[in-house]
Amino acid sequence: MKKALLHFFERIEPDKKKSPLLHTAYDAFFTFAFTPKTVTTDGVHIRDGIDLKRTMVYVVLALQLCYLFGAYNIGYQHFHAIGQYPGLLDGLHLKLVYGLIKILPIFIVTHVVGLGIEFYYASRKGHGVEEGFLVTGALIPLLMPPDIPMWILAFAVAFAVIIGKEAFGGTGMNIVNIALLARVFVFFAYPTYIAGDEVWVSGLEKVNGVYQTAAYGGVYQFFDGIFNAWGWDTFGAGGAAVIDAYTGATPLALGYQGGWEKIVATYSVSDMWWGFIPGSIGETSKPLIILGALFLIGTGIASWRIMVAGVFGVAFTGLLFNAWGMTPFMEVPWYYHFYMGSFLFAIVFMATDPVTASSTNRGKWIYGFFIGVIGLVIRVMNPAYPEGWMLAILLLNVFAPLIDHYILEGNMKRRARRAKAAAQ
Amino acid sequence: MEAINIFIKSAFIENMVLSYFLGMCSFLAVSKSVKTAVGLGAAVIFVQVITIPVNWLINEYLLLERGIFGLDLTFLRFILFIATIAAMVQLVEMIVERFSPSLYNALGIFLPLITVNCAILGGSLFMISREYNFTNSLSFGFGSGFGWALAIIVMAAIREKMAYSNVPPALRGLGMAFILTGLMGIAFMSLMGIDPALYMGLKK
Repeated sequence: MKKALLHFFERIEPDKKKSPLLHTAYDAFFTFAFTPKTVTTDGVHIRDGIDLKRTMVYVVLALQLCYLFGAYNIGYQHFHAIGQYPGLLDGLHLKLVYGLIKILPIFIVTHVVGLGIEFYYASRKGHGVEEGFLVTGALIPLLMPPDIPMWILAFAVAFAVIIGKEAFGGTGMNIVNIALLARVFVFFAYPTYIAGDEVWVSGLEKVNGVYQTAAYGGVYQFFDGIFNAWGWDTFGAGGAAVIDAYTGATPLALGYQGGWEKIVATYSVSDMWWGFIPGSIGETSKPLIILGALFLIGTGIASWRIMVAGVFGVAFTGLLFNAWGMTPFMEVPWYYHFYMGSFLFAIVFMATDPVTASSTNRGKWIYGFFIGVIGLVIRVMNPAYPEGWMLAILLLNVFAPLIDHYILEGNMKRRARRAKAAAQ
Repeated sequence: MEAINIFIKSAFIENMVLSYFLGMCSFLAVSKSVKTAVGLGAAVIFVQVITIPVNWLINEYLLLERGIFGLDLTFLRFILFIATIAAMVQLVEMIVERFSPSLYNALGIFLPLITVNCAILGGSLFMISREYNFTNSLSFGFGSGFGWALAIIVMAAIREKMAYSNVPPALRGLGMAFILTGLMGIAFMSLMGIDPALYMGLKK
């Protein structure tokens, strides 16, 4: 069976000279499904079943739980805003379907645009499609607010892939994290779509100064038909007003206004821990991110040094702020900073990107630690940005080559000294 | 306390290169290796630390109406500032040539060109327009020089790493340097907007 399949694929392989684009596409999917049998002919190589594609797939696997919960949480926040289905499992099918209707277009647009550009460049350069976009494409949807307009998303992905990656020569040669660059592009070019209290809960619109749910479109009607046939709850027509005192503000926005007391007045600690709070699609659920982190550390894909150093950095800065105590947000106990915002998601999935992080072991400690420090400084002290990890990681991406440079230089000096001592 | 505030602001938050885009010519030209970048960065710090306070003295005691001449001579500001800067750069050049001929050769024309580096003159003019006093202008000189040096050293480290990148032929060299500067500018925007004075109890 497998042999016949392989034979079939080999027969339909397009000619590389005649149609480079088709061949590139073929090659990409073929090597994704089968480990290619081309082997190196010279030099010594480490032999391992894990190649770049397999490495990337592990990260994508680790993100799956975040995707699942992200889809659920989009629906949960939407219905929470209008006070329907308060229980976790009430209206589960509605929440999941609502979330999927939001998340699938984001996922598809990201991949069509990103992979399209990737295929185009690969066929122009005449080599196989590089695998780099797998992880980037899996990360970008998780960094976006659920209601992001598709054309902005497409622009952001195109900007990040072309300027952030292809200009540098492709996978493994970029300086800054591509997924973060896409988010930063949206953040600075279209700030109203990705910052503020109103973007994190989807499907709400302001009518006469009061928020209410937007009318459900054709897709929802289609699912309503199915649910009706089974006798389940349906979406209905929309237009339900939000409950009293509902703002949609994230814990961080509240914290900046009034510190920890103001946060716990709206969100309970356990809600923040389990992730039933508004935020970017993938960032909210802390236990699932920690599961993903354990998986990545266990398989040896991501660096535990960066993660641990990042946690140290946040703890150190948090303690410093507690002692400083100039504003209410500084007095938030340091350990609660892990519960809010996207620190865990950023340090686990984005700071550990092996291409843009420091590559020396000691460099990784420095790199992770300063991500923790600068991210928390931005979160607490910078009124312009509600959350700091995206920019903190970008800043340290820029500094990573310098850190590596001095660590290598120090190593060389130490070795030269040792060699000298041994020679005497 | 205020001097520390000004140092932090001028070095990290209002970085000469990455938020005002001053001093770009030598920033782009000499950032090819970390070693020369460190040399040029140190030279710029030295020149800034000396020229800005000296220019403050010149402005305060010679040019303003309340100075010794009792005349409003501010129209001479540019000429006198440039003269101070040129004198300082001459000094730096002699020191570098005496103590590190290899660095002197590596920097080449860009060492005397610090004279017309807009970051240096810009520093003196910012000092005037922001009405710093003497200690603050000293701290501002150190901070802005340090920020410029930091930016060029980071840039040099990235460009050394980029030796392994497969940049498209059309973008090699300066084209890539411009894209990199833009990306670094985005990264440095992370700190923009922080007002350290708020957290030091200087301002309510």
